[in-house]
Amino acid sequence: MRKTFITAILLVLAAFTARAQTQEPEMADALRANGKIYVVVTVLATIFAGIIIFLVRLDRKMTKIEKNN
Amino acid sequence: MRTWWWKILCILLVGYTVIAGFLIPVPRLDILNETIRNLYFHVPMWFTMIALFTASGIYAIKYLRSGRLQDDIYSAHYAITGIAFSVYGMLTGMEWAKFTWGEAWSNDPKQLGSAMCMLIYFAYLVLRNGLKDEEKRAKISAVYNIFAYALMIPLIFILPRMVDSLHPGNGGNPAFKQYDLDSNMRLVFYPAVTGWMLLGFWMATLRIRLHLYRFKKENSFAFENN
Repeated sequence: MRKTFITAILLVLAAFTARAQTQEPEMADALRANGKIYVVVTVLATIFAGIIIFLVRLDRKMTKIEKNN
Repeated sequence: MRTWWWKILCILLVGYTVIAGFLIPVPRLDILNETIRNLYFHVPMWFTMIALFTASGIYAIKYLRSGRLQDDIYSAHYAITGIAFSVYGMLTGMEWAKFTWGEAWSNDPKQLGSAMCMLIYFAYLVLRNGLKDEEKRAKISAVYNIFAYALMIPLIFILPRMVDSLHPGNGGNPAFKQYDLDSNMRLVFYPAVTGWMLLGFWMATLRIRLHLYRFKKENSFAFENN
C-alpha cells in the first residue's frame, strides 16, 4: 500500500517536472543556432580591442614623458 | 608601462569575458532570460567602484598621516575613477531594470542607496573644486573621503538588505549565487570581476601618473624660481 502511494507521488512529480520542462523560459536559441551570435561577439571584441589599443598607447606615451622628466 | 604583467592579465580577462560571456551557456530563467549575461558586466562595475573607493580611502588616511600631497593625488584620482564606474553601474542597472523590473527607475531601496552614495561622492568633487589652497583642499577632502566611505558601506550593503527590494541579494530576495550562479557562470563571472577591477585600476593609475607628473613639474618650476 505504502509502496504504491510513493510511486503514485513520484509519478505525479515526474509529470509536473515534465510539464515544467516543456514551458521553458524563452532564450535566444535561434541566434545561437544560425551562428549570428558570433557577429555580436566580433563587434564587441573589436570595440574592446580598440579601447585596449587606446589605453596601451596612452600608457606608453605617459611612460615616455615620465622618463624624459 | 612600468609593471605591465597585470595589464596583460586585465586584457586577457576582460577579453575572455566579452567573448565567453556571450558564448557559454547560462541557466534558463523566467523574466531574466538571456539578460542574465548582464551579470558579467553590470555587477563588476560596482565591485570595481568599491575597490577604487577603498583605495581612495586608504590613500586619504595615508595623506592624513604623512601630509604628502602625492598621497592626496592618489586618493583623488582613485575616487574620480570610482565615480566613473559608479555611473556605469547605475546606467547599466537602469537599462537592465527597464527590461526585468518594468521601469528604469522604480525607487527600489538598492537604487536609492546607490544614488545617495553617488551623490555623496559627487559632493566630494564639488568640495575639491571649491577649495583653492592645495594643503587645505587635501586635508578637508581626505577627511570627507573617509566620511563618504563610511557612509557607502551601510547605503549599499546594509540598508537595502533590511527592506524589501527587487534587487537580487536584498530583502529576502536571494542573490544569484544561491539559485542560478551555476558552475558555467562562475567560469566567466570571477574572471570578469578580476578583469574589470584591473581595468579600473589601470584607468586610475593613468590619471594618477599624469597628475603626479604635473605636480612634479610645477614644484620643480617653483624651486627653480626660488
